[in-house]
Amino acid sequence: MAKQTASILKKRKKYVLKTWIDTQVEDPILREDLMSNEDMHKESEELLEAFIIAIQSDNYDNTEAKEYNLIIELLTTISLSRAHTGFTPRETATFVMSLKRAIIRVLQEEYQNDLDTLINEALKISDLLDSLSIITIETYLKGREEVITRQSNEINEISTPVIKVWEGVLAMPIIGTIDSARTQIVMESLLHEIVESGCSIAILDISGVPTVDSLVAQHLIKTVNATRLMGAECIISGIKPDIAQTIVHLGIDLSGIQTKTSLAAALQLAFSKMNLAVRKTNHPKNVNY
Amino acid sequence: MDRIPILKMDDFLLVSIQVDMYDQLALNLEKDLIKLVQKHESRGVLIDISAVYIVDSFMGRILGNITAMAKIMDATTIVVGMQPAVAITLVELGMPLQGVLTALNVEKGMELLRKFVPNTSEQESEADDGYPE
Repeated sequence: MAKQTASILKKRKKYVLKTWIDTQVEDPILREDLMSNEDMHKESEELLEAFIIAIQSDNYDNTEAKEYNLIIELLTTISLSRAHTGFTPRETATFVMSLKRAIIRVLQEEYQNDLDTLINEALKISDLLDSLSIITIETYLKGREEVITRQSNEINEISTPVIKVWEGVLAMPIIGTIDSARTQIVMESLLHEIVESGCSIAILDISGVPTVDSLVAQHLIKTVNATRLMGAECIISGIKPDIAQTIVHLGIDLSGIQTKTSLAAALQLAFSKMNLAVRKTNHPKNVNY
Repeated sequence: MDRIPILKMDDFLLVSIQVDMYDQLALNLEKDLIKLVQKHESRGVLIDISAVYIVDSFMGRILGNITAMAKIMDATTIVVGMQPAVAITLVELGMPLQGVLTALNVEKGMELLRKFVPNTSEQESEADDGYPE
């Protein structure tokens, strides 16, 4: 019986495809801005072919069987590319689900006189397409997660530069909220840079950190302690008034840590530790830029 | 039994740990070092741990112990060349080794030691350089 359904679909493939594509085109959520009609046409045709191949084996529920390899591979590619181009989950799922309507319409015509078979086949097809849409959504989510992970990795990489501001003085401006994963990166890259450069003073500038809670403060203390263990000194700069307020209200003890309001003040402190002084010259001539 | 060599240089003792420490080795080092501090009446101890990549809480405690013992015997201890991974581990273990003096490398460690030990330095008054006592 099922073989029959498969062969009906094979026979009337063109019609099914046309109905399916018409449904998609009529749908108000069709994203013509993200995808051309030809692409959609091509994807739909490939998917329908793979679908017919898959159901020819009379297997309607085990989507892990090898006859489903092709269609799942296709679905994976389609939903991943849709996730990356910015389709919404609804748009991605509707693509697969709209096939249901097209197929059942054909079955309705073919099995006009056999109501039982019609309902049975319709139910099977519908269940199968449901599980295929779930696979699509899962892959879509995975694709989106990949995008998010990649972006957060990029942010982590670009947001923790270590700058040498003077011979023997390193500075590290931290921009954005700090969580434990970022602190780890901050701490490691600062410590490695200290070893690499042999600088004995490090300035941790937190003017770009919007809020400091007890966890962040603890991370800062850890970084300062680790720096000290390595034999360098760490100055924290860029403490804003509201951050100072929060720290005191939270009862965090920063007394063992040197803090300054601005990077300039921290640099000044670093200079005095190194017995350096900046002074105005009396001969402003011969300044070449 | 394995021992870590301890070198005497003027008023100071130099220790360079080149192998991964296990407990007995650390205990031996502690014992030998203190004995030698007494024997040579050393004023400073410099421990180079730049080749140590693995550390546990025991090792951290030994470093703290050596510092405290040497201090009682009037010798300043400086730990130099700690690797970033080791520093992070000690901090995560909750052992920031407060009171242990540190320096980036042997050169800077010696410089600091000379500042802290009055006999070999005329710059005694400059010992106040922000390092915790």
